Amino acid sequence: MAIFQQIAFILVSIAAIFLFAKKAGQIRRNILLGRDTVPAGESGERWRNVLLLAFGQKKMFRNPLVAVMHFIIYAGFIIINIEVLEIGLDGVFGTHRLFAGPLGFLYSWLINSFEFLAVGVLTVCIIFLIRRNVLKIRRFLSKDLNGWPRSDANYILLTEIILMSLFLLLNASDTLLQQRGVGHFGTHLTGNFAFSSILHPLLNGAGNETLEAIERTCWWLHILGIFAFLNYLPYSKHLHIILAFPNAYYAPVEPEGKMHNMPDIQKEVLYAMQPELAPTGDAAAAPHGKFGAKDVADLNWKNLLDAYSCTECGRCSAACPANITGKLLSPRKIMMSTRDRLEEVGRNINANKQFNDDGKSLLHDYITEEELRACTTCNACVEECPVSISPLDIILQLRRYLVMEESNAPQEWNTMFSSIENNFAPWKFSPDDRDQWTMD
Amino acid sequence: MKVSSMAEMMMNGESPDILFWVGCAGSFDQRAQKITKAFASILQKTGIRFAILGKEEACTGDPARRSGNEFLFQMMAYNNIQVLNGYGIKKIVTTCPHCFNTLKNEYPELGGNYEVIHHTTLLQQLIDEGKIKMKEGGSFKGKRITYHDSCYLGRANDIYEAPRKVLETLDAELVEMKRCRSKGLCCGAGGAQMFKEEEKGDTRINWDRTSEALETGSAFIASACPFCNTMLTDGVKKNEKEAGVAVLDIAELVAASME
Repeated sequence: MAIFQQIAFILVSIAAIFLFAKKAGQIRRNILLGRDTVPAGESGERWRNVLLLAFGQKKMFRNPLVAVMHFIIYAGFIIINIEVLEIGLDGVFGTHRLFAGPLGFLYSWLINSFEFLAVGVLTVCIIFLIRRNVLKIRRFLSKDLNGWPRSDANYILLTEIILMSLFLLLNASDTLLQQRGVGHFGTHLTGNFAFSSILHPLLNGAGNETLEAIERTCWWLHILGIFAFLNYLPYSKHLHIILAFPNAYYAPVEPEGKMHNMPDIQKEVLYAMQPELAPTGDAAAAPHGKFGAKDVADLNWKNLLDAYSCTECGRCSAACPANITGKLLSPRKIMMSTRDRLEEVGRNINANKQFNDDGKSLLHDYITEEELRACTTCNACVEECPVSISPLDIILQLRRYLVMEESNAPQEWNTMFSSIENNFAPWKFSPDDRDQWTMD
Repeated sequence: MKVSSMAEMMMNGESPDILFWVGCAGSFDQRAQKITKAFASILQKTGIRFAILGKEEACTGDPARRSGNEFLFQMMAYNNIQVLNGYGIKKIVTTCPHCFNTLKNEYPELGGNYEVIHHTTLLQQLIDEGKIKMKEGGSFKGKRITYHDSCYLGRANDIYEAPRKVLETLDAELVEMKRCRSKGLCCGAGGAQMFKEEEKGDTRINWDRTSEALETGSAFIASACPFCNTMLTDGVKKNEKEAGVAVLDIAELVAASME
């Protein structure tokens, strides 16, 4: 019997890890469809961001109460993984509580602290479910989340509640079996744990066999749940638990106000002004890429990493002046659209071995002109994002495509362009009057 | 007001301590001209030798770049950098956060390397150095003032304290709006919105922001950007509060309070 469980466990683990690795590989491939970009700044500053923003969740603390609750889930998730390591080794070797022997009294202390975390996580998940579904919080009510995204968020919270409950029930049945000295349970005496012992009265009525069955079922459901969750991640907004870390590392360390330069255009202007510098022959005929971005592959890979890192919390949109005043623009939706389109392109590549033109693009089909035109480039979305995403960078690249490739600008902007070109100011004043104010 | 241009200084074999980059709003917009004059008068009073580019100044290209017209931006940047480098400019002060951001952050990789400071930072330095002294019992003593953070000064360049430190010297009662500093709400003008009608929505951004400023019960809304100034002034008018509430630039507040 035990050997069957071991074989089953090993096969399930291999399948779960294989499936996850395959999907992770596809996501990596999708991200690398983006233009290459070299992150500016030194790696020291980037590591500092990883520590402060990703590990320390600094931006979350702009709202301290929510930050503490989120931190409990995060700490619980990471620390309880030590327990998962033991579960994995037990599964492979057919052992039971492998770490109990070597760790001695420390083991009971560890499991006890895991139980505190588990109860913490469970409580916060329930509060978060209430926040999302009962309290009227604008960023959770938003139509951005209609359909799958709203369910996704609830599924994640429910799964965590189930996993934590299984963990507690597992400990409860185990410690009860220990007390009764049943089989191998009797040889791993850990003593009762803080919270699972509260469940003992519920289980007391059960016979030893039933209790063993409960223990095994909880053990299996818990680990299968974890494997299922692992494979759910790549399809979910919850992927941020992994990508928040690289995303913090690659976050720009320059002032937020600085826009990316376009060296192609810089050169064209330079050659127009100083023709003697222009290359001749083949070099001159070299075609340039698109100006700005029309589809996901025109964005850079950091933009695409951003899209997969987004957990759709909506802090960006809650701070966006355009969104607050009822405009169509929602920075969160910009990120969600980018990911949706990128996933669509990825599925296209999976099916055809390469991207076959599907007549669609991020611009127009997923993100409309009206959304892009509403942005004031105020950087509120960038400032708010806890995982260092820049919706603004995507907006600006799509705007560049609209104006430079489609000559698509509101009439007032065209007037502004021609004023700047002819009068050197965005309004139609005579350049000769620029110092008029000194005369009065 | 006698203000030297770089061309005049060059001809007289002089060089200024600092170039005052006036910007398009500061040069042409009637309201913003007052900010320009207030700031120039402070520079003159403190004995700083400054010059302007005058007719040789041109738009930095900020609204062109942010609306998506990179070609036009690069053309403006090329010409401006030619002029600035031609005069050997080392240090620039500007009263416009948009010009400030472009000159400071975006010109260096195009070959324009200058020390660029915003006028609020310079004012703070001059106050710290004792070169600007405020009148005893100045016009704003005890008055309630709220400061509106410009996005291109605040979030874009992390300048939150300098304007506030300057305001503290006015002996006024400084009150913050709920959305201030890095959480400050945009006035609605950035990203070339100044030059077009807002997209359709429930309300205008400047109305929303101005209402927040008015809720503080301030007699003065302090700004540090000519575009914010315009947007908030419009918002005050919309609320029919122009009799009791004035939108003033930090430079104007200082100019009116100096000895």
